[in-house]
Amino acid sequence: MTVGPSWYMTLAAVLFVVGLLGMMVRKNFLVQLMCLQLMLNAVGLTFVAAGRARGYANGEIAALFLVVTAAAEATVGLAIAVSVFRKRNGASPDELSGLKG
Amino acid sequence: MIDLLPLVIVFPLVGVVILHFLGRRMGDPWAGWFAALMIASSATTAGLVAVPFFTGEAQEVEAVPLWDWIPGVATNFVLRWDALAALMVLLVTGMGTLVHLFAIRFMRGDDRFGRFFVYMNLFAFSMILLVLAGDFLMLFLGWELTGVSSYLLISFWQERPSATAAAKKAVVTTRLSDLGLLVALMLMFSRFGTFSFDSVLTRAGEVLDGPTATVLSLLLLLGAVGKPAQIPLHVWLSDAMEGPTPASAFLHGTTMVTAGVYLVVRAGAIFDLTPVVGTTMAAVGAVTALIAATISVAQTDIKRLLAYSTVSQVGLMFLALGFGGYAAGLFHLVTHGCFMSLLFLGAGSVILGMGGERDMKKMGGLRQKMPVTSVTMGVGALAIVGFPVFGGFWSENRILAVAFERGGIGYVFFGVAVLTAVITALAMARQWAMVFLGDPRWRKNLEPRESPGTMLVPLVILAIVSTVIGLVNTPWRLGLESFLSPVLQGTGLSLPQDDFGLFFVLAGVAVVASLIGGFLGFWVYRKPRPAWRAFERPLGRLWTFWEAEYRVDSLYGRTLTKPARRLSEFVASRLDHTVIDRGVEGVAGLASRAGVSARKLQTGNLRDYAAVFGVGLILVLAWVLGSVV
Repeated sequence: MTVGPSWYMTLAAVLFVVGLLGMMVRKNFLVQLMCLQLMLNAVGLTFVAAGRARGYANGEIAALFLVVTAAAEATVGLAIAVSVFRKRNGASPDELSGLKG
Repeated sequence: MIDLLPLVIVFPLVGVVILHFLGRRMGDPWAGWFAALMIASSATTAGLVAVPFFTGEAQEVEAVPLWDWIPGVATNFVLRWDALAALMVLLVTGMGTLVHLFAIRFMRGDDRFGRFFVYMNLFAFSMILLVLAGDFLMLFLGWELTGVSSYLLISFWQERPSATAAAKKAVVTTRLSDLGLLVALMLMFSRFGTFSFDSVLTRAGEVLDGPTATVLSLLLLLGAVGKPAQIPLHVWLSDAMEGPTPASAFLHGTTMVTAGVYLVVRAGAIFDLTPVVGTTMAAVGAVTALIAATISVAQTDIKRLLAYSTVSQVGLMFLALGFGGYAAGLFHLVTHGCFMSLLFLGAGSVILGMGGERDMKKMGGLRQKMPVTSVTMGVGALAIVGFPVFGGFWSENRILAVAFERGGIGYVFFGVAVLTAVITALAMARQWAMVFLGDPRWRKNLEPRESPGTMLVPLVILAIVSTVIGLVNTPWRLGLESFLSPVLQGTGLSLPQDDFGLFFVLAGVAVVASLIGGFLGFWVYRKPRPAWRAFERPLGRLWTFWEAEYRVDSLYGRTLTKPARRLSEFVASRLDHTVIDRGVEGVAGLASRAGVSARKLQTGNLRDYAAVFGVGLILVLAWVLGSVV
């Protein structure tokens, strides 16, 4: 039994769904950020797998960009988290509904 | 010499630009002197360029192309220089110089002293553009610019509601006639494919068929009667007297009001094709001359009286033009320009001396107080009534001769003109007697004074010119007519030179008739007021009707202004409020309500957004998979 592209794709889908569900159900901001990273990396995995399967370098290039983006996103997300925690003394994301229309 | 021609038009334009920016800094009186200098330079240049016409070595027509204006309709900026243009430019700049000189002192102390001279120079520029234009489109440009400057000058004392109302009335009334001119230009372009005087006028006979020529000349006539305030568009000119007196003298007494006469002469080749329109024009002129004269005789406002005399005199010009007497009409235009300027400036001098008073009932006995003004205005009055040797004598009787020579309906118009002369003489004698003779009726603690030198110099010059100007075109030496003959060749009729027996017979009739009217006015109005009443009472209702200007204003108010106002009010209150406003507000309200409902989608909760994102992802995936499978 060989490990084909569909294995990677399945793993990526599972990871993505886990991340998405985590975003939806967890009430801790840090955990939500981690779920976000999970989703991003799942997408990165599909890029690499697809690129590998087709013999293109594009998949790896996209994954590299994605890593950079994810790093930047983590930085910004953590900065927001820190400043929110400082201001509100550890508020949960559900209480932060200032953008409610 | 002809190369200098553009300067004639550039000088006043430079005056406008410089005074607009620096007028306030130059201040009183230097802004006025600068403006007068610009017009005087223009007049001098025009005189220099016109020299060949007097020495007889001029070409018939010279064209000075400046630049391509609207190549699409083959219209270039070309100045046309012929005897007619020369005559008009010399008249405009000559009168303009004297009026500017007069205005410097008249406007002293006005808050917007510099501004006044901007407008005066602007008018001079527009008028020169009008008469130097090489095609109908340029003429129209100048035509409209004179309208603009006229508006600005009538409403110059804009803090007076009557002045702004008068300015609006002038614009609306003349606009009606400008519409005629505009449509005439369109019709002309559709037939000739050009606006150039040269091609339109020389080809008029072959291009235009009978009906088209009639329609075109009727439209041109409609265009020509607005500015000279001929019936039925005469209502604006008397109100225009709200403007400063020098402006009245320059625009509304002499130059702008004769632009219509110029237009008719310029387009003479078109009018010659349709004698019917000519007769119509003569009728309009005759009726206007008589009616305006009767109105003027009953006025007590010194300027309104002169305004209606102007209308009446221009009516006489149109009477002559209608019968093809272009030279006679232009001759009267010139003499009228001189004596009307004189009368208006004299009136200005009286008004200034009387501290702004315009009601002649509150004047009287000013002869000793204002000797120079009284003598010069007397000369002006003699000139306008056609007393022998004075300017009006030669030109008015020339018009009478044109009407008489015509025969037929001409005899009727001849009679009308003689009657007009009688009434004009009565009006002028009445004015002079009311202002300068009799007992003082002015307000207490008012000390009338003679105007200072800078105002009297133009008066004296104009008095001398008004006395001798008629000699340029006496029956035994038709100087003006031979001057104009290159332009008027082949148009209209000209009185045979050896027929001056007829001229003097007709002139004798007119002079005797005017003398009767003049003596009557003089004799009645030098006495105190009861004598006037005794004279006016037998005329009774008629006199008050004349005094109320035939109640034309209220007639127009009831039949034209009121329905138009009603319609506007209906549109403003009903149509605008109910249909248009509601429509606009409905669309805006719809957008606003849609926004209120849509904002509920934004919960502000991160987890909700994640859920929506998940749902969206499933939908996109379903779509992609569906299209693949």
